[in-house]
Amino acid sequence: MSSHGTLRRVAIVTGVRTPFARAGTLFKSLSAIELGRLCVAELMQRTNLNGADVDAVVFGTVVPNIQAPNIAREVALMPLLPKGVDAWSVSRACASANQAIADAADQIALGHMDCVIAGGAESLSNVPILHSRGFTDVLMAANKAKNISQKLSAFSKVRPKDLVPVAPAIAEPTTGESMGQSAEKMAKLNDISRQSQDEFALRSHRLAAAGLRDGRLSAEMFPVYVPPRYEKIATTDNGVREDSTLEALAALKPVFDKRYGSVTAGNASPLTDGAGAVLLMSEEKAKALGYKPIGYIRSYASAALDPGEQLLQAPVLAAPKALKRAGLTLRDLDLIEMHEAFAAQVLSNLHGFESQFWAERAGLTQPLGEVDRAKLNVMGGSLSIGHPFGATGARVTTTLCNELERRGGQFGMLTVCAAGGLGFAMVVERV
Amino acid sequence: MQVEGGIAVVTFDLPGAPVNTFTIAAQAELREAFDAIQRDPAIRAAVFLSGKRDNFIAGADIETFLEFTTAADAEKSSRAGHAAFAAIADGKPVVCAINGGCLGGGTEFALACHWRIATDAPKTAISLPEVQLGLIPGAGGTQRLPALVGLQAALDMILTGKTVRAKKALQLGLVDEMVHPSILRRVAIQRATELADGTRHREARKHGAGEMLLDDNPIGRAIVFRKAKEGVLAKTKGVYPAPLAALDAVAAGYSSDGDGYQTEARLFGELAMSPESAELVFLFFATTALKRDMGVDVEPLPKAIPVKKLGILGAGFMGAGIASVASPAGTIVRMKDADTARVAKGLAAVREVMRDKLVKKQVTRPQFDDLMLSVSGTTDYTGFGNADLVIEAVFEDLQVKHQVVREIEAVAPPHAIIASNTSTIPIGRIASASARPERVLGMHFFSPVHKMPLLEIIIHPGNDPQVVVSAVSYGRKLGKTVIVVRDGPGFYANRVLSPYVNAAGLLLDEGVSIESIDDALVKFGFPVGPITLVDEVGLDVATKAGAIVAEAFGARMAPNESIQRVIKAGRLGRKGKRGFYLYDETGKKGGVDSSVYDLLPTGQRRSTVPAVRIVQRCVYAMLNEAVLCLEDGILRSARDGDVGAVFGIGFPPFRGGPFRFIDRVGASDVVAALDELEREFPGRYQAASSLRQMAEDGTRFYPAMGKPV
Repeated sequence: MSSHGTLRRVAIVTGVRTPFARAGTLFKSLSAIELGRLCVAELMQRTNLNGADVDAVVFGTVVPNIQAPNIAREVALMPLLPKGVDAWSVSRACASANQAIADAADQIALGHMDCVIAGGAESLSNVPILHSRGFTDVLMAANKAKNISQKLSAFSKVRPKDLVPVAPAIAEPTTGESMGQSAEKMAKLNDISRQSQDEFALRSHRLAAAGLRDGRLSAEMFPVYVPPRYEKIATTDNGVREDSTLEALAALKPVFDKRYGSVTAGNASPLTDGAGAVLLMSEEKAKALGYKPIGYIRSYASAALDPGEQLLQAPVLAAPKALKRAGLTLRDLDLIEMHEAFAAQVLSNLHGFESQFWAERAGLTQPLGEVDRAKLNVMGGSLSIGHPFGATGARVTTTLCNELERRGGQFGMLTVCAAGGLGFAMVVERV
Repeated sequence: MQVEGGIAVVTFDLPGAPVNTFTIAAQAELREAFDAIQRDPAIRAAVFLSGKRDNFIAGADIETFLEFTTAADAEKSSRAGHAAFAAIADGKPVVCAINGGCLGGGTEFALACHWRIATDAPKTAISLPEVQLGLIPGAGGTQRLPALVGLQAALDMILTGKTVRAKKALQLGLVDEMVHPSILRRVAIQRATELADGTRHREARKHGAGEMLLDDNPIGRAIVFRKAKEGVLAKTKGVYPAPLAALDAVAAGYSSDGDGYQTEARLFGELAMSPESAELVFLFFATTALKRDMGVDVEPLPKAIPVKKLGILGAGFMGAGIASVASPAGTIVRMKDADTARVAKGLAAVREVMRDKLVKKQVTRPQFDDLMLSVSGTTDYTGFGNADLVIEAVFEDLQVKHQVVREIEAVAPPHAIIASNTSTIPIGRIASASARPERVLGMHFFSPVHKMPLLEIIIHPGNDPQVVVSAVSYGRKLGKTVIVVRDGPGFYANRVLSPYVNAAGLLLDEGVSIESIDDALVKFGFPVGPITLVDEVGLDVATKAGAIVAEAFGARMAPNESIQRVIKAGRLGRKGKRGFYLYDETGKKGGVDSSVYDLLPTGQRRSTVPAVRIVQRCVYAMLNEAVLCLEDGILRSARDGDVGAVFGIGFPPFRGGPFRFIDRVGASDVVAALDELEREFPGRYQAASSLRQMAEDGTRFYPAMGKPV
């Protein structure tokens, strides 16, 4: 990289997102592409950004539309942007938007681009339902058939079980283990009690509710007028339960291990629809256009481990790398945003930060240390706000920068766990 | 003309003109070219192309129509066209390669050729718009089109002047092929070669069942003609002679004893001399001239600021309406209102208009999605920071307007133009709150915005000419007919409308029935009568506008009693589903709501005033007011007044507009009528002094001969 010149500092000009809606509710008629387009259009409207200033759109999504797999291109082909704006999509499971931001930052740092919109979107109300292998074979054969009798003969091979559609599962292809089962396993391995998980979930809901009430959390979202009638207007994250109690959470039955389990619908993030986007620029470009960035990217890092081990534990490996690249320690951080896939995962990650075993795995001599809870997910997280896979990374980036600004802090870090045993961390700074 | 392998390639490219028209010189040249093709034994066939990028042939040069002094002149010109096109039709094979607009005489030319190819370019569109000028196709169009596409399809085009795109033209059999523009020339030459070699023949189009039942036999045709005539009469209320003449000409082509071409020439001649055609041709010239008028008289003309982003304040009926025409013009729109519920209603209203385009297949689904994404709503001023133009359509209250002007100026960039969509408040007064009054003007759209063609731009003495030019230019981009008027109560459109509506209200005061008032003015040629109009615009809006002009102009605008009483009873017109007429749940209009008479001064007692007198009382008040607007300098020209009245308030197009109407009646007769009305209704019909002067001098607003504008 350095042979191409000095790297440039990357500014996070601002970020915006749709409210997050539980799957099957307000946004059920909107595709991820539509949510992404609405979000990027609003980002441009709010920043008074002229399309001609944009170099590229980088977008992430986890469950892509089969007919339009390059979501970034579909989003970029909007009336607010010239058709010549570059676009590519990225996939890093739940860290997809983070990867989009990292890709964009790289292009800016390298001096290839000056202004990139990065983000992600997900509609878990609209996942593609596939035909079974058997039925797919029949359809392909019928497609090749030259006459009616060949077509009929192809269809005659259909068996009743072939007609059962296949819905994508949130499961690891290599291990067959579902995300929830992985979280359940992590709870057991790291000795995370049911009560501590429920308490953490409750904390998430209470803090998010407070953030919505005082407007800190609402500031990062815009009202979505839901077509076609626009009578429904999404103005807030509809998964946040202000009135949640420990008793209510304790009453829920474990989902993945009914006998000895501790992971419930209450301490796991819900299936969610939504989109988020951030506007990234070189520091010079942001200055030239008169923007006051909400933050700057100081470093980022990613890590991976065996999905059969502890699927969602890779942030423990990514965070030290990002901090090292930033030249900082845990104590230097004013805020930490940790994506909450499951309470068990957050608590396992925090446990890992403190453990000698994970320190050594990360190549450290000593553990990273204990995270000050007063600095962690101060407006809740995915457990309460919701988790549209492809969009979450954009949300945590925006939330982190905005809150760092409000608190007058200097450094903040975000971490995101992702399927496949992947982890991502980014360190941001102010001014 | 070039000759390639025995094929003559004729390219029509009228020098120095944006479009090809059949000027006298062009006609002569074309005749020569085709004579040469017939004479030259080396030429076996021909291809005809246009040298213009987006136009094939726009038709006859309309200025040549002004040369006709008698019907015989016009008839002769039609016969000359017949002879010229017959020579083509009877000669060597000609392939007509159509790219871009193909209108009138251009279409008739194409019909005379032996093979037609249209490109699939969006600009390619074929029409016979003669009826829109009060004429009929005069170069064989009424004969060759039915022969080619069948009676029903032909009438559909000829009676309305509607445009047919390439795909539809191919379906109809109007063209034989549709190709990409890049291969038009090559394919045309290939077809010409094949036609010359005899390896390709045009095959007769297959007739559909409906066509066989109706078009292909005399009884069926009689039914088609009767239906078509009923349709024309229902639509034109019998005031437009051209579509009826077109029917006669087409029918003559099917009759055994008549000669269709002779009938076409004779009727073309008669129509060319008709007052209806003269006025429609005037409007063609007036609107064409208006398109070149940027509304300011400064040299050099300032360059217009392009409007890429438009801010709209107020997501109500007008605000959403403006958004619905701005988005299709390629503008990014930010629409603000006080709360999300209002913004939502505005977005839904925009979607209605866009959906209509989708249903009519004017746009594809992705285009529709883009049109909707171009418009976004907000309850704060975010997104106004890069607006080039902000139009306010908020509540009609000076204090509110002042506040929003200041708010806009705090967020919008310094170059931004601020336009008020006010219909009642003087622009100068609104601009007085501005730190940049030179950038504040009026853009008065008419409701419903996506349907009403007029945009009245109101300027005040302090305006920067560049601001005016920019607003005019953007208004045209929105597809509007733009007139620039000076500031004053009611501006132009509402000011001339007020005494007209008021006169209708005074007739109600006297006990005249609602139907007889509306019927009289519809027969005069207005699209709806004045009482229906009041229901449509809303009684609140109408009375508010009435009060403003009454305050400014005193006795001649003193309000009638009836409309006041009806609004006091809480009837707002269509929007409240209660007015002078009945409305059902969906807002569909029914007959007169006779219970409304209980609210009127004479109650259920009716009196009668003859229709002629009703028309005179209403229309002459309007005519006089229009002259006063010109006299006061509100209007920059009589032309603007005529175009404004026709496109803004529905003045009958075949009467040209108030000024053209006065010219036709004669200023002295108009003054005499006004004087007589003034004696009966003192203070209301005092003839404008300039009009009295014209009556004395025997002068007119427009030249009696030649090009009117």
